[in-house]
Amino acid sequence: MKNRIVTAMVLCFAMQLPLNAAAALRIFACEPEWGALAHELGGKWVKVSVATNALQDPHYLEARPSLISKMRRADLVICTGSQLEIGWLPMLLTKANNPRVQPGSPGYFEAGNFVQHLEVPISVDRSQGDVHPQGNPHIQTDPRNILLVARALGERLVSLDSDHAGDYRSRLKQFITDWNAALVKWEAEARPLRGKRVVSHHKSWVYLENWLGLELVGTLEPVPGIPPTASHLSELLARLGDDGSGADFIIRSPYQSSKPSDWLSQRTGIPELMLPFTVGGSKQADDLYGLFDDTIKRLLEISK
Amino acid sequence: MGNKRRVILWAVILPLSFPVWSQDQQANEIDALRSELVQLRVDYEERIKNLEHRLDLAEQKAEQATMEAAQATLAVREPAPAPAVVAERSVAVAGNAFNPALGVIFQGQAWAYDKNPEDYYIPGFPLGGEAGLAPEGLGLAETEININANVDDKFTAWLTVPLVLDDGKAGVEIEEAWVETLKLPAGLSLRMGRFFSNIGYLNSRHAHTWDFADQPLAYRAFLGSQYLDDGLQIRWLAPTDFYLELSGELLRGDRYPAGGAANSGFGSYTLAAHTGGDIGFSSSWLSGLSWLHGKSDGRESGPGNDPLVFFGDTDILIADFVWKWAPNGNSRQRNFKFQAEYLLRREDGEYVSSATLPSPWKTDQQGWYAQAIYQPWPRGRIGARIERLSSDKPLPVFTGTVLDPQGENPTRFSLMVDWSNSEFSRLRLQYNQDKSGVETDHQFALQYIYSIGAHGAHTF
Repeated sequence: MKNRIVTAMVLCFAMQLPLNAAAALRIFACEPEWGALAHELGGKWVKVSVATNALQDPHYLEARPSLISKMRRADLVICTGSQLEIGWLPMLLTKANNPRVQPGSPGYFEAGNFVQHLEVPISVDRSQGDVHPQGNPHIQTDPRNILLVARALGERLVSLDSDHAGDYRSRLKQFITDWNAALVKWEAEARPLRGKRVVSHHKSWVYLENWLGLELVGTLEPVPGIPPTASHLSELLARLGDDGSGADFIIRSPYQSSKPSDWLSQRTGIPELMLPFTVGGSKQADDLYGLFDDTIKRLLEISK
Repeated sequence: MGNKRRVILWAVILPLSFPVWSQDQQANEIDALRSELVQLRVDYEERIKNLEHRLDLAEQKAEQATMEAAQATLAVREPAPAPAVVAERSVAVAGNAFNPALGVIFQGQAWAYDKNPEDYYIPGFPLGGEAGLAPEGLGLAETEININANVDDKFTAWLTVPLVLDDGKAGVEIEEAWVETLKLPAGLSLRMGRFFSNIGYLNSRHAHTWDFADQPLAYRAFLGSQYLDDGLQIRWLAPTDFYLELSGELLRGDRYPAGGAANSGFGSYTLAAHTGGDIGFSSSWLSGLSWLHGKSDGRESGPGNDPLVFFGDTDILIADFVWKWAPNGNSRQRNFKFQAEYLLRREDGEYVSSATLPSPWKTDQQGWYAQAIYQPWPRGRIGARIERLSSDKPLPVFTGTVLDPQGENPTRFSLMVDWSNSEFSRLRLQYNQDKSGVETDHQFALQYIYSIGAHGAHTF
């Protein structure tokens, strides 16, 4: 325990130190996946700080003083957008007094603006839970979206830091080549997953489900953003059946409590598993490639 | 397709394997070449396989896309509206597209007291501003309308309008109305208008974000519940890795604890410094030191029908500290918050009342509170608060008046439990053991807080 605290403190201290004294662009990434992408595309010319880690729910974050300070000095803010960060990002932007990163400025980048959203509601009402008018914000679970965002982000880096434009362009080109190759590999590997029926804690993986042809048959939350309730879980149990014939697996992210999925899994025999959800969500998901390698590996293992 | 490519490939590679070599010395080289060729062949086969596979997938996707497109066309075709309707609707959308974000906060409460709340006062601490007890029984607290939007690329504006019931009559107030800069350089921002002062921790927080149904005694006694005034606020955020915010305000000074808009309406100013940071991934803290100077020119406090009137200077020093903890910083599941503030007030001037002649008054008074809130499971929280006020003994001329603390140090102890179905709703039950009045009072509150429409992000 003591060691863990010390490690955490050392890590924290290390995060405050510049990664590279010659870094040209200071990047504030709202979520780990965009921090990782900025690293891939920016290399040594960027210094990235990430607001959330994989164990935190990106919907709910405190607008902590340390984050305000980081945003104060940022040249570029990269967030998901689609109102995912509505509970804390506006406050950081207000308190940071940084004209470079205000929405509408070149230093403000929303990844969600560059992909096609799923589950775009025709009308929104809070009785539907935490729905987002622009659609489901968890776009990073489809690697094809990562590619779309990478192209836009590469261009943004070029325009913000034209001194290193050549470097950014060649890194982007390399990333696109590598990512396309990885896509082929993942799609081939994941072929046996097609048609599998999924129960997920929150609607966190609709983009992954769409990509791999999985079928979402239920969520542990009664409506998005409302924690699982006993009555909703029993309803789900009745629907899925005691024999577990109604679904193939139950998935959740590292920041979601395992209790509801444990409960349902024990009663139905449907296997449950944790998927990394973002970079850092598991030991193997240490970068963007690892995130999808591990996600598919885990899904394949459980559906054997 | 794949086979054809393979044939071409071999047509290129095969002739390479029949060069004319001068025997012995080059035997090794031939071996090496051969193994290279084998390697090449393996590589190429793999690449070709991959290409074929990608082609397959692309074809599949194309097919799927065509089908989806076809379906989409079908779906779109059905509800095709008459063109005239579309044109009209688009005009309507253009008209309100720039509507500001609008939100309403509903607050209702029921208070039960042991003693009559009409008789409540804190001996030694005449209350001013909006600092009374909430009315007994069922009632509507403030219903608050928040409106905000960017004015243009350089300014943003905020308006808070509470709808209040005063003696059964509905009224509208302007609680906050300010504009703020978005694009000042060097970490600066300027706010103009009416706003909650940036002093202390709790002062600038709206009532719906409080963790208890009422303000701490020190805020009630020294700040009239919350110090709000008209003026200018400038904030500067240091360009450092640790958080350091300095702020200064110049205010009209028309409201408690200032009053009378002294100095021709420049009667009050504040200075504040706040700093904070993280400890590991799980803990964060914020701490501050603030100073408020107010000049009072006939400030009224105490009983409404027979008020005390103060002329002079009021200085209030506030030290605040907040510590928040959540496992790995994931506050959604479980979290803990500790919050404490210390307030020191020095008043230097004279008090006038119907019972006393104008008498000099120079007294230090202090107050503090400490509270802890724990969220053990996603939607429920429990909390406790402890607080105390103390005062110097005033001159004998004030003995027996409201300004006489009667040797008592007012204290209060509170417990609360609340439940939030979502971040937009909260139900709360609170108990106070209130020893701040003349007699000990047991108080119970039931409270609801609901929010509809746009809801701004909360501060730390």
